[in-house]
Amino acid sequence: MTIEQIQEELIDEFSMFDDWMQRYEYMIDLGKSLPLIDEAKKTDDKLIKGCQSKVWLDAGLNGEKVNFKADSDAIITKGIIAILIRVFDDQAPEDILSAKMDFIDEIGLKEHLSPTRANGLVSMVKQLKLYALGYQAQLNS
Amino acid sequence: MFDVHAIRKEFPILSREVNGYSLVYLDNAATSQKPQQVIDAIVDYYSNYNANIHRGVHSLSQEATDAYEAARKKIQAHFSVKHSHEVILTPGTTHGINLVANGFSSLLKEGDEIIVSALEHHSNIVPWQMLCERTGAILKVIPIDEDGVLKMDAFDTLLSKKTKLVFVNHISNALGTINPIKYIIDEAHKYDAAVLIDGAQACSHIKPNLAALDCDFYVTSAHKMCGPTGVGMLYGKEEWLEKLPPYQGGGEMIAEVSFEKTTYAGLPHKFEAGTPNICGGIAFGVAIDYLNNIGFDAIAAHEEKLLKYATKKLLAIDGLKIYGTGTQKTSVISFNIEGIHPYDIGTIVDKLGIAVRTGHHCAQPIMNFFNIPGTVRASFAFYNTMEEVDKLVSAVERAKMMLQ
Ligand SMILES: Cc1ncc(COP(=O)(O)O)c(C=O)c1O
Repeated sequence: MTIEQIQEELIDEFSMFDDWMQRYEYMIDLGKSLPLIDEAKKTDDKLIKGCQSKVWLDAGLNGEKVNFKADSDAIITKGIIAILIRVFDDQAPEDILSAKMDFIDEIGLKEHLSPTRANGLVSMVKQLKLYALGYQAQLNS
Repeated sequence: MFDVHAIRKEFPILSREVNGYSLVYLDNAATSQKPQQVIDAIVDYYSNYNANIHRGVHSLSQEATDAYEAARKKIQAHFSVKHSHEVILTPGTTHGINLVANGFSSLLKEGDEIIVSALEHHSNIVPWQMLCERTGAILKVIPIDEDGVLKMDAFDTLLSKKTKLVFVNHISNALGTINPIKYIIDEAHKYDAAVLIDGAQACSHIKPNLAALDCDFYVTSAHKMCGPTGVGMLYGKEEWLEKLPPYQGGGEMIAEVSFEKTTYAGLPHKFEAGTPNICGGIAFGVAIDYLNNIGFDAIAAHEEKLLKYATKKLLAIDGLKIYGTGTQKTSVISFNIEGIHPYDIGTIVDKLGIAVRTGHHCAQPIMNFFNIPGTVRASFAFYNTMEEVDKLVSAVERAKMMLQ
């Protein structure tokens, strides 16, 4: 699926809920299915700065696609990363780089888009894109 | 008679909604809300007598100067300060601490010791570390015990002839512990060390008598005591303020200026360079009147009830642990629930209209001591109610259900 298709799918899923409680409960469930990073790989260089909770993000290149793994010590943050990874995992670097983030608003998590928000969703997206940028350069060289 | 519901009506913000619920504001340790009287004073100043002070001969400037200086006198009286020129109006606690730390650069030498407590806000740690870097002085730390209480026996052994300065907060912002500052001041004075008390968290709960305390410096911020942001007090004993060099240069703080030599103005102007927060200073005075009208005994009694009730109800939640369990504390409850990140709890209760703080509360050393990433902190003011405690407790229970 393309990034846009996955985003549409998420918007569909979240539209089934009528209140924030259900949305958060679903997000927390998604967090539980997150592809976790090995404990040994939870090193400081994988930590994303700017979050009140700890967030580790790791990436690898699989052919021409990028794979992501992540973890957090806070469960809501984990849910947010799970959503991001579902969107960006196994995609080509240039698609990741050009992806829009409007869907976050549409699934009712707009409050997490503020750059000052302590969970650092914005920092996570930046880090995902930085990985993509690195792999793009690697693939083009 | 103390009537919390009548008091709440004086705070316009307390009747607003957040996320579809009536706001329950329990982040008073970060900043307090403002009563209509303070808001009106700000509007009145800008509507009727805004002018620059201390320099104009015109009437408007005179009016503004009189109001500003009257506020200084009010602050002086409130804190039982001997001379009004010992009251320096600053942009807040952080500024006051930096002013003193900067001033001591020229008074300290390598090997001198300064003592801080393990309960400090970053504002009362970093300026002293910077001072140590500049002077070669050594920073010593008074440790805390498992209750989050300073170990006074350890303090006694830290004190020596080398001690030049001691800095502690009156009340810890992260845990609410009230520190034994009278003891600390008296002991430090036996070694001729100067003592600075960070009163940022204290002045909304108690009315410190600085003459009786006999500390050398006391700093606080108006915004924690129903006043506006960007203004605060630095109290310093006259002899210390005379000794310290000016912090910033500029207008207001000079007597004569030429390119050969400038002489500084006397106290308090020596430390008040530039146009001050005139409106803020005046509104600070109004906030002090407001608090005194309610009365600090009534405030303390109501907050004590809130603290007791909230502590009991929260502790009934399975797995909930409170940090800061000394007998001397104000209406601050810092807690975690086993297995749940404080950030998660904060996010859920916010969705229910409840404002609490999560994180390290600018006091990372305390969090490291307890080996936790942070806490959820509910801090109560005199305008909070028992019903709001109930709402907090049921929101935390709901969060726990969702998150576990
Ligand atoms: C104990 C303590 N010291 C210093 C400060 C800093 O105060 P301000 O930000 O008003 O300068 C605070 C504010 O949170 C505090 O609680």
